[in-house]
Formats: sequence, C-alpha cells, structure tokens
Amino acid sequence: MKNLWLFLVRYNAFFLFILFFVFSIVLVVRNNNYQRASFFNSSNAVVGSYFKKINSWKAYLALADDNQKLLEENALLRKQLQGFLAIDTNSQIQLIDSIEIDRYDFTVATVINNSIHQKSNYITLDKGSSHGVHANMGVITSNGIVGIVENVSKNFSTVRSLLHPDIRISVSLDSVSDAFGSLVWGNNIDSRYAMVRDIPNHVKAYVGQPIFTSGYSTLFPKGIKVGHVIEPEVISGESFKEIRILLTTDFSKLHHVYIVKDKLAEEKVSLEALNKDNE
Amino acid sequence: MNNNLISNIIRFLILIFIQVGLFKNMGYYSLATPFPYILFILLLPIGLSNFMLFVIALLTGLTVDAFYDSVGVHAAACVALAWFRIFFHRITLDIDAQESLNTPSWGNMGFKWFGTYVVLSTLAHHIVLFFVEVFSFKNFLNTLSSIVLSSVFTIVLIFIIGIVTYRRKSRLAS
Repeated sequence: MKNLWLFLVRYNAFFLFILFFVFSIVLVVRNNNYQRASFFNSSNAVVGSYFKKINSWKAYLALADDNQKLLEENALLRKQLQGFLAIDTNSQIQLIDSIEIDRYDFTVATVINNSIHQKSNYITLDKGSSHGVHANMGVITSNGIVGIVENVSKNFSTVRSLLHPDIRISVSLDSVSDAFGSLVWGNNIDSRYAMVRDIPNHVKAYVGQPIFTSGYSTLFPKGIKVGHVIEPEVISGESFKEIRILLTTDFSKLHHVYIVKDKLAEEKVSLEALNKDNE
Repeated sequence: MNNNLISNIIRFLILIFIQVGLFKNMGYYSLATPFPYILFILLLPIGLSNFMLFVIALLTGLTVDAFYDSVGVHAAACVALAWFRIFFHRITLDIDAQESLNTPSWGNMGFKWFGTYVVLSTLAHHIVLFFVEVFSFKNFLNTLSSIVLSSVFTIVLIFIIGIVTYRRKSRLAS
C-alpha cells in the first residue's frame, strides 16, 4: 500500500495529466454527440456581451460596405416590385395562394462574432429566445445563405455556419431541371467555395449555372441563390457526381443577417414524423 | 508572491482578450491560425505545484473554448502543454531553480533556454490541439501542415510579444 502511494506521488504529473486530459476529451465527445445547450459556448451572457462590445467598434469600419449592400438590395427589391405592379390584372386571372405569401417571417440580426479559419465555424447573433429565435431556424443574408441556429440563450444565439463539416443543405441546380443535391462545405480550407453532392449523373451542369435552395426543408424558403457552378464535374464515373460552387455569401464580411421563421414548420415536421413511426 | 499573483492575472486577462478579439480573426485560410495565449501557461511561476498547474491550464483552455465554441479541445491541448512544461522543467532546471517562484521569462532565463522552451511547448500544444479538433487520422498530411504552419505563426507572435516585454533580470539557467 505504501509502495503504491509512493509510486503515485513519484509520477503524480503523469497521473494528473491522464485525469485532466480524459476529462477534456469527455467534454469534446459529449459536445460532438449531442448539440445540447452547454454553458461553455458563445451564447452565454459573459462571452456574448464581450463579443457585442468588440463588434460595436468593428461595425464602424464596415459602415460604407453595409450601406452599399443595403442600396443594392433596395434596388433589387424595387425592381421586383415594379414587376408585380406591371402585371395587367385584366388580361389574366392571378391566383396566388395566400398561405404562401405570408409563410416566412424574417428577423434582422447583427453578427457579433464570426469565424472562418476554424475546422468547424460558428457565428454568434445578437438575437435570442426573447426575440422569438429558437434552434433549427435558417439564417440568410441579402445575397446567400449563412447557416442554421444551434443554441439559443435569452439574448444571443449561436449559428452553425455553412463552413462546418456537419452541415447539409438541400439545394437545386436551377428552377427548370429541379435536379437537387446536398450542399456541404467539403474542402474545409477556403471559405469562398463549397461542394454540391449527390447530383444524379444524367444532369448536365455548366460553369456559371446558378444554384438555389430547394425549399424541401423548413429551414430556407425556396429559390434563394446559394452560388454559381465553377467546376461541373469534380468526381465522375459513379452514379452521383459532385459539383464545386462559388458561394454568393461572403463569410469574411458578414454583418447583418436575417433569421428565417417558417410558420408552417411545425405542421410539416409533425406530418413527416408520422412516416418514421410507420416504418 | 502577491505581486506575482497580480501580474499573472493581468497577463491572463490581456492574453485572452487579445486572443479572442484579434488573433481569432487572423489566419491563412484555415491552415495557419495563431494561439499565442499559451504564453500565459508558459510564464506561470516555476515552482507552482503540479496540481495547481493542471487546474489553471484546464481553466485557461475552457475559457478559450468558450470563445471558440469548441468545448474541451483547447482544454485538452492546454493540459497536455502543462504536462510537457513539467517534463521540460524537470530535465532542464536544477533543483533550486525548480522550487523558486520566478517567472520563466526571456529576461530571466536567457534566449537559448526560452527559445527552446517556446518552440517545443508550442509544437506539443498544437499537435494535441489539431488532432483532438479533427479527432481522426484522416487527412493526416492536411492536419500536419496545419500544425507546422500554425506553430510557426504562434512562435513568431510569442517572440514578438517577448521582445516588446523584454526585461533582463537574473539568470537562472545558463
């Protein structure tokens, strides 16, 4: 017994190392398995407010850029509005499903923390459960998609960015062919590019072809532009092919984003859950 | 002793704030990212007991993890760094030096000792950090290049911080 004690004291550094290291690894594995709201992440109050303060200084540097983006978006919306106003209601009867018009709500949020250099990137937003945000809502910006809300606290929320290895988003090649695949980051190095996987082989893609969200999930509305094809066939010769795309979202310059709230999400999810029960 | 405690707390606050406010936004794609906050663990008093050292390293790691949304990854790397630090001190310092509460800084230890200390410790920390982050041996070369490039980045930054805060005092190791 005494010898055992002496042995432990003699090599205490090693045993303490094992103890603490195993503790850390357990934390890592637990965090990977369940995306539960844990205390040690950037949606907690201390960390969130620190990032908010830093961001309030950084925001000044980006004012000119932000204004430019807002102007461009205004111009685009004005153009679309013109299209609606120009429809001659006498010549053809317009039938618009009123439930589709009002299906999505958009909440404006400010990015207070963002990373693009990690293997798994997260974004922190300054809107939380008190603003009606909850987990598994899509996040978009004026010209692309950003990610999916993961953890929510009272005033902050963390978003799993598109630049995360575990994210998959359903996208379609264009509105005509409706061939769809899943968008993943893929290369894990460059924040400008992403991959579209599981595209059937008979579908022809060409360089410059736009990619849109498919609207199959409740996260994103249909028809938001995600990016453009730059390499139509990364892997060929198998039953599915991969396409490399250039993202329209500039992740290094995110400031204002919209959180998408789908009013029909609950209905759709609960209906689809029945399929799993029957299996 | 009191003085030592306060200067370590201040060093902790400054290094963590700079790490998450500035260095988090720096990087060469995701290949090279600097983590000079480890300088805090390297500069803890030499005679600190092993248990205290591990506790402080774990807490430092968890603090950085909170800002990086990577629960446990930095904690594991910092604990490994603490172990390496104990090992390195045991084989390079004599008994008297090991029991003093001096700061193992550039000015105290001289460039040869401090340089070796920083380079080897950074490598140890980054190897554990990136392998725990990836959690597999897939893309081995990719991970390896991340480790090497990030280590160079971190080491350069630590030496720059060292030059800025250089104060020559007594020499404990020659």
